[in-house]
Amino acid sequence: MKRYGDHRIPGRLFVVEGIDGSGKSTQLMLLHQWLKAEGYGVVFSEWNSSPLVKDTTKRGKKKQLLTPATFSLIHATDFADRTERNIIPLLKAGAVVLCDRYIYTAFARDASRGMDAEWIRELYGFAVKPTVAFYFRVPLEVAMKRINDARAGFKYYEAGMDLGLSDDPNESFRLFQGRILEEYDKMIPEFGLTVIDATLPIETQQQEMRLMVLAKLTQAKQLRVAP
Amino acid sequence: MKESYGVRLPGLELDDLVGKLIVLEGTDGVGRSTQIRLLKEWLEQQGHAVLDTGLTRSGLVGKGIKRAKEGHTLGRITLSLFYATDFADRLENEIVPALRAGFVVLTDRYIYSLMARSMVRGLDPVWVRNIHRFAPKPDAIFYLRIGVEELIPRAVFSRGFDYWESGMDLYSTEDMYDSFRKYQTALLDQFDRLAEEFNFEVIDARPEPRVIFEQLKAGIDRILSPAAARAASTVPAVPSEAGEEMIIEEVSEERRKRA
Repeated sequence: MKRYGDHRIPGRLFVVEGIDGSGKSTQLMLLHQWLKAEGYGVVFSEWNSSPLVKDTTKRGKKKQLLTPATFSLIHATDFADRTERNIIPLLKAGAVVLCDRYIYTAFARDASRGMDAEWIRELYGFAVKPTVAFYFRVPLEVAMKRINDARAGFKYYEAGMDLGLSDDPNESFRLFQGRILEEYDKMIPEFGLTVIDATLPIETQQQEMRLMVLAKLTQAKQLRVAP
Repeated sequence: MKESYGVRLPGLELDDLVGKLIVLEGTDGVGRSTQIRLLKEWLEQQGHAVLDTGLTRSGLVGKGIKRAKEGHTLGRITLSLFYATDFADRLENEIVPALRAGFVVLTDRYIYSLMARSMVRGLDPVWVRNIHRFAPKPDAIFYLRIGVEELIPRAVFSRGFDYWESGMDLYSTEDMYDSFRKYQTALLDQFDRLAEEFNFEVIDARPEPRVIFEQLKAGIDRILSPAAARAASTVPAVPSEAGEEMIIEEVSEERRKRA
């Protein structure tokens, strides 16, 4: 079992992190389009999407069966399945892999739910260290406005309703995501996250991102080209 | 009254657990479920409420694991974490509530089986131990031990070779027999190491079930009797203040010892 930072594989792994409403998924989509157009063999992997584990997670969430411990472990299981069957083989084959959310999402959420921070880090010790981990930093108020404009209301676990912080979903979301922001801030130096100011215009953020990604790609020799 | 192996789960208090947690460990086909059945009956006859539980029976993931295993497509890290999720779910929803209510919890396998399986599959022992550090330390761990030579006829003549119990995910080029032999030998080796590290009470699983049952009964009696004696002394025929004081002293003495 190789540990975080020990994998020596030809591919490149870029991940985006940030709270809901930070705009990270939009930025990753734009990066994806650009890399495809440039001719790279690029694959996108989403948080919480393993076909084997997804049903269990879905059921747990729908019926609100999850505690902080099982929430943490089922997400780690999902991530492990994607790592073993998807991310590692793709990187070995020389692909550019893009992940919307990565282990730092788990660290932030689980710590905000009261899980032991060291325990979670060790739990995800098998993860491949990303080539660059982008963190889209945004003030809570901006993120909340974006979400409210885009859709009606917050989901149960997303708003941290399982923690009983407040009966009001809006207030609960504010408190819970506030905790998550604090956790992210602690992780910037700990994991060397690359901070992008997510209040800047979309084009400006994308420009910054592409420059950094390009620098990492030109160093790589054996990247796969798109079929 | 109970403590974990070092990690506390949010909202899961262990210091108010009054029941007893008794673990039966051992490899596949060693006769654990027969013993659990006998022990449950015996304990209930003695007046103890019993919860018997085992692996992959949780409401949350039990089914998911079974389905995923049918496809034989789980990676080893994924499998370990799936089992750990199942264990956490049973711990929070079954085991801890039963212990809080004063039940004797008999569990068919515990974290040690999970650890042994993961380590046989080459996972980092430090990582494997860490995952399970939230588990409460049991009051007793009985390990039904058997050699691979005695185990083989049991597999052949009772249930046949099972894909996972033969470690076919590990040695897919071998036939089931060779694979079973290799896998169970490696597993027994891991169990022997864990036995030392976690203080298992080792019981020879070769004799007939009755003999093993007697040994287990004696072991469980040792755990239950001091508590039983104390419980009896808290209901004196004529309640007296002096008697109560004595009991309080006894309890705090016990606490000091634990501390």
